[in-house]
Amino acid sequence: MSLLTCEDFLKELNDYLDDATSPGLRQEIEAHLAQCPNCWVICDTTRKTLRIYKGTELYPLPPQVHQRLMEALRRKITERNGRH
Amino acid sequence: MHPEAARTNGREDAELVRLAQEGDAEAFAKLVARYENSIFRLARNITQNAEDAEDVLQETFLKAYEHLGEFRGDSKFYTWLVRIAVNQALMKLRRRKSDRSVSLDETFDTGEETLVREIAVWAEDPEQLYSQEELRRILASAIESLPPIFRTVFALRDIEELSTEETAQILNLSVPAVKSRLLRARLRLREHLTRYFKRKGDDVFAYL
Repeated sequence: MSLLTCEDFLKELNDYLDDATSPGLRQEIEAHLAQCPNCWVICDTTRKTLRIYKGTELYPLPPQVHQRLMEALRRKITERNGRH
Repeated sequence: MHPEAARTNGREDAELVRLAQEGDAEAFAKLVARYENSIFRLARNITQNAEDAEDVLQETFLKAYEHLGEFRGDSKFYTWLVRIAVNQALMKLRRRKSDRSVSLDETFDTGEETLVREIAVWAEDPEQLYSQEELRRILASAIESLPPIFRTVFALRDIEELSTEETAQILNLSVPAVKSRLLRARLRLREHLTRYFKRKGDDVFAYL
């Protein structure tokens, strides 16, 4: 029987999702998840949240932003070399 | 950046930094090419503004170039760069919200806050429910809804994949402070996304 409460589970959720829990605690968490549908859903949906964010590039660098960065750096380098 | 990439990049970074410190502009350009995507994405996530993100990107690399001589190699170059970027990004936020200061250290009630409100089963592959365009909009609006401290920690830990320790070091926060902010960020995003991703037909509400 699991001794973890739902509150205990929430405290451990981060480490559990990051694979950073000790094997013993991991077992306790999994025992809790097996008997608590609410915590199972929280765990599953948080895991999916991370998976979706990691799998989606929200803000690719626009080519013109890259261009302007390179121009700014070139100006900086020329300016610095001019000073020397 | 993935931890694997960080490890294999480590030595090469140090080499490129050394060359750049000796005045090799091409070596510095290589470092820019390696990290500009990450720095832009981070700046965009923190500032929530395209123009500010571009400013932060430029300021970060210009500052890095200018202060390269001060980089001692006691941290990774990438971590050093991220620290500059985060500071620049937070300054932008403070300027935009001059009426309200943005602090990474702001205290918030940890005891009373409801971490979980809605509990509903999600579709197996919720990202398939929407077009790429719609999905991006949904994910971006969820991040935008987070307070700056939460989205900064989330962006560093879960998007740029820095370790808890690195994140704590960059933000001058303790490891437990990073962990508690990350948990709140993840749970709030989960909450926000539930309305889009829950399995159709299910409408189960529960309160913890």
